[in-house]
Amino acid sequence: MIGAMNDNATGTLETRSRGSRRSADLIFQGISTGSGIFVVLAIVLIGVFLLIQSVPSLAANNANFLFSAQFSTTDAGNLRFGIRDLLLVTVLSSAFALVIAMPIALGIALFLTQYAPTTLRRPFAYLIDVLAAVPSIVYGLWGLAVLGPALVPVAEWLNATFGWFPLFANGNVSIGGGGTIFTAGIVLAVMILPIITSITREVFRQTPADHIEGALALGATKWEMIRATVLPYGRSGYIGASMLGLGRALGETVAVLIILRTSTDPTTFSLFDGGYTFASKIASAAAEFNQPLPTGAYIAAGLVLFVLTFVVNAIARSIVGGKVNR
Amino acid sequence: MVKRIDVKDVDIYYGKFHAVQSVTVSVPPRSVTAFIGPSGCGKSTVLRTLNRMHEVIPGARVEGEVLLDGENIYAPSVDPVSVRRTIGMVFQRPNPFPTMSIRDNVVAGLRLAGTRDRKRLDEIAERALRSANLWAEVKDRLTKPGGGLSGGQQQRLCIARAIAVQPDVLLMDEPCSALDPISTLAIEDLIGELKKDYTIVIVTHNMQQAARVSDQTAFFNLPGVGQPGRLIEYNDTEKIFSNPDEKATEDYISGRFG
Repeated sequence: MIGAMNDNATGTLETRSRGSRRSADLIFQGISTGSGIFVVLAIVLIGVFLLIQSVPSLAANNANFLFSAQFSTTDAGNLRFGIRDLLLVTVLSSAFALVIAMPIALGIALFLTQYAPTTLRRPFAYLIDVLAAVPSIVYGLWGLAVLGPALVPVAEWLNATFGWFPLFANGNVSIGGGGTIFTAGIVLAVMILPIITSITREVFRQTPADHIEGALALGATKWEMIRATVLPYGRSGYIGASMLGLGRALGETVAVLIILRTSTDPTTFSLFDGGYTFASKIASAAAEFNQPLPTGAYIAAGLVLFVLTFVVNAIARSIVGGKVNR
Repeated sequence: MVKRIDVKDVDIYYGKFHAVQSVTVSVPPRSVTAFIGPSGCGKSTVLRTLNRMHEVIPGARVEGEVLLDGENIYAPSVDPVSVRRTIGMVFQRPNPFPTMSIRDNVVAGLRLAGTRDRKRLDEIAERALRSANLWAEVKDRLTKPGGGLSGGQQQRLCIARAIAVQPDVLLMDEPCSALDPISTLAIEDLIGELKKDYTIVIVTHNMQQAARVSDQTAFFNLPGVGQPGRLIEYNDTEKIFSNPDEKATEDYISGRFG
């Protein structure tokens, strides 16, 4: 048999077949490659679309696009729009959501992977994932009708006690009623909790048993073991997951739209402001998109949001993908 | 500080599965005891009950006594964490903490025990690394991550980490099975030196290794599928390898096994 290896492929080995099995391979390869290209193309085309549609409006804009708090598009001959307030409200509500959601998600992920009894883990994890399946309009209604009013005493207390700090100072809407960034941020936190929790949980679960045993064998308590092995191992995954959550919060539309109360005054960078985020502003005006120039103003705002979420997601992906699978 | 271990009539269960049956072994201080036997015979399981590491697995349970200089480590009042600080362990695969530097790896156990004094930690790190025959190789890169060392160096780092806390006993679970022959030799030499200061119990698949490094040898075997593993014979290494009392031992050692 050893000699046969030197022969030309005339023996028991088949000659390389160009038959049906080979073509099935090629078809499958073509389909999957095509799908890949399609995704890239879709993103590029969306970006190009946003750019083309917004350029004429940006050229006709009579206000500073980046620094103006105005957003007046009713007179197509005199467009005055800027994204200052949209950006501030978007970033503030999302960042606030992240500040609340990150520690809670970390706690849940640690509980699920390290402390929960084995029988509880699956149902509990499932419950967290169900949070992600609740439609955002339901979150919005809940925030508006239940959570907002319920949080008013807390908000008033924060305002009265820490009012000297800009974040808790009086905003441009009244605290009573709860239509503030404070409420919206908390609702957003609940909405992004599942994605942060489930990714973090997966990363923590993959902590090598070798490391865990090494720490325990040195006489580490459970918490010390977690600090020495699970947390360092899962840190980049956790941060990446949080960035993904941030990306979701930045783009959330309908819940924020119905919670936040509008104001005629500009944003003061307080949690007790109302106003619009990029997404909620665009959604609120969607019924009036009948003239190209005013519409372009909103598309320009959408472009900024697109870039913002794109950057956040890119950072998240690079953190999660780069270091977790060491 | 060096202590003896007496295992008295220990049975080990994983849930309903009876893993090991009635093991009795006495390990004298300042000696090396080897556990040998085929895969699945329970030798690693027994080793892990000596510092309660088996408790990491849910449902694991031990009956009987393990005495450390007469003190039962399974007494209800005993904290497993303190047991593991007293009885160190080195694992099959080198497992330095990847995010920690070489020095921080060595002193990780001391940090856990509450030592904060930087100078003292440096001294202990050097002493432990010297004892582990690793100092010369790493002294210029103590702040580099431990994961950058070779497999053999990593294993010696893990030994340094285990002895830095000055345990009474050192357990080794197939410490050379992931290493090349030269690294294996280095570890075996190290074991020979360490037994002056420590009581060592080592699990090995390599019978030559058991013959080379140990003073006593315990042979474990599995009577049949689904049955608990058993201690067949425990004797001086010389006797086990030249003239064992049990025929099963002789069959295993001479390769006439199974």
